[in-house]
Amino acid sequence: MQFDQILQYILSGLSTGAIYALIGIGFSIIYNATGIINFAQGEFVMLGGLLTLSSLELLKLPLWAAIPSAIAVSTVVGFLFERLAIRPLKQPTPINLVIITIGGSILIRGLAMLVWGKDTHSIPPFSGDTPIAIGGATILPQHLWILAITLIIIVINKVYFYHTISGKAMRACSYNRRAAGLVGIDVRRMVLFSFVISSAMGAIAGIIVAPLTMTAYDVGVMLGLKGFCAAIIGGMSSGISTVIGGLILGILESLGAGLISSGYKDAIAFIILLLILFIRPQGLFGKANSERV
Amino acid sequence: MTRDLLLFACFSLLIMLAPQLFTGGYLMNVLVFVGINTMLAIALNLLLGYAGQISLGHAGFFGLGAYLSGILTTTFSLNPWGAMPIAALVVGCLAYLIGFPILKLKGHYLAMATLGLGVIIYIVFNETVNLTGGPSGLSGIPNLRLGGIVFDSDVKNYYLIWVVTLMVMLFSINLANSRIGRALRAVHDSDVAAQVLGVNSRLLKVQIFALSAIISSLAGSFYAHTMTFISPASFGFNFSIELLTMVVIGGLGSIYGSFLGAALLTLLPEILRGANDYDIIIYGALLVLMVMFMPGGLVRGIPALYRKIVTRRGEAGHA
Repeated sequence: MQFDQILQYILSGLSTGAIYALIGIGFSIIYNATGIINFAQGEFVMLGGLLTLSSLELLKLPLWAAIPSAIAVSTVVGFLFERLAIRPLKQPTPINLVIITIGGSILIRGLAMLVWGKDTHSIPPFSGDTPIAIGGATILPQHLWILAITLIIIVINKVYFYHTISGKAMRACSYNRRAAGLVGIDVRRMVLFSFVISSAMGAIAGIIVAPLTMTAYDVGVMLGLKGFCAAIIGGMSSGISTVIGGLILGILESLGAGLISSGYKDAIAFIILLLILFIRPQGLFGKANSERV
Repeated sequence: MTRDLLLFACFSLLIMLAPQLFTGGYLMNVLVFVGINTMLAIALNLLLGYAGQISLGHAGFFGLGAYLSGILTTTFSLNPWGAMPIAALVVGCLAYLIGFPILKLKGHYLAMATLGLGVIIYIVFNETVNLTGGPSGLSGIPNLRLGGIVFDSDVKNYYLIWVVTLMVMLFSINLANSRIGRALRAVHDSDVAAQVLGVNSRLLKVQIFALSAIISSLAGSFYAHTMTFISPASFGFNFSIELLTMVVIGGLGSIYGSFLGAALLTLLPEILRGANDYDIIIYGALLVLMVMFMPGGLVRGIPALYRKIVTRRGEAGHA
């Protein structure tokens, strides 16, 4: 009985963790290309869910068409954000960048509140909601969708970063921006790319999680912060260690909520965040790096 | 230095005369909040504007001051004047201890860590229902008394809060002009260079962090005693952002700038009454626009704008 319960917590933790991982990878992609922590990352998660809702209900699109259009619109927002707020910045000091991405995030959230109101909305699950039994625990089909889509995205990511020219150029930027510029890589374009890719990833995370947790104009804040926490555990990598970071966080949170107290669920992520930043700022799996300290 | 004192004297005079110029209880009430927010903005400005260290968790220290004062005076029926320094001491020690690991971090990482700290404090306010009353808040906090005066009206509170705020301002102006202020600016410009010149930058950052937390805690205590009711909602992440907005809009590293920012952001929602929920959009837009077009804040941006206009007029006149 006890074991079944723990299995249940772990299973549901895995799918939340996958969401955190996707958001965390979005953080890492921008951070690696630009050195910016994009505080507006969570807003793309919110946009993904709410735009899907509008495509479904207002435009009456079928789900398979609603999802790509929601991703496309979120990506445009990410593009505009980089073009209008990040690129024109005259003094791109870390503090100014923190402030401007916070300002941008508030602005996007506020506009979303104007468009969708303050209510929480739900999106239908992708393929019904008949629970599937695994051992003594049950999961919903949506959980499987989340895990599968996350896996696909991670594979695409890997292929992009290691087997395409633009992906390799992006990695070059993350190693050394000036050197990348010297060998003819258009660094500014790569920065723009990083915003586009990570807003798309955020949107996807928001879309696949919305049927499980409902969505509203302000869901981006918490999800974004948890995603950042996943990225920190993974040492700001855009690869597998952030995924593991997300899964660890998801499982710990779900176990903590189930076994200790659901009220402190959100605190768990931040306590882990602080501990990692204090003790191992290079992430759980990273080598020592003085950059962050 | 004498110019600074003269400016401060004029400013204090204006503040003390303000109640004679404005009548109407509601405005007085808003001006009390301008005072409390000015204290908070100055506290954050000492850290962000002078030492160059960001904090997105200052609402937490503000809330701790308010809750400690609130709990000590209600549950433990302590005298408010006795509870206030205890609260400030506890918050100061906490900030001092956490300051060492947290201020090792820089830039974005410091922002995220302080944000996390603020959120944890906020969650504790919500969850320790036995102590804090949880989300429904803590009520029945006594007003402050001094001799026979009970500070229970907006006008009385106005004088009380502003006398304290002016003291905080004077203290901060002096601090900024002192050796410590110069050392802070050195740390701001270059940590390494400051250390080479013999500034213990790590200790200095932690000390200013603790000082900033203590001022925030005092502001929290005064807030609790003037409001007599507090709830976690006033001390969340959004309020930390609001404080940041005040400091940035007013001008980093300017004490009067903090007052301007606090006044603007406290009065703005009152002016925009019709736009009740939309004030958040305006904050966002203000933050983005200020960083893009007026990175020095209002105190530097407006004179610069004025000079620009004057020279342009001059050129037009010559042509």
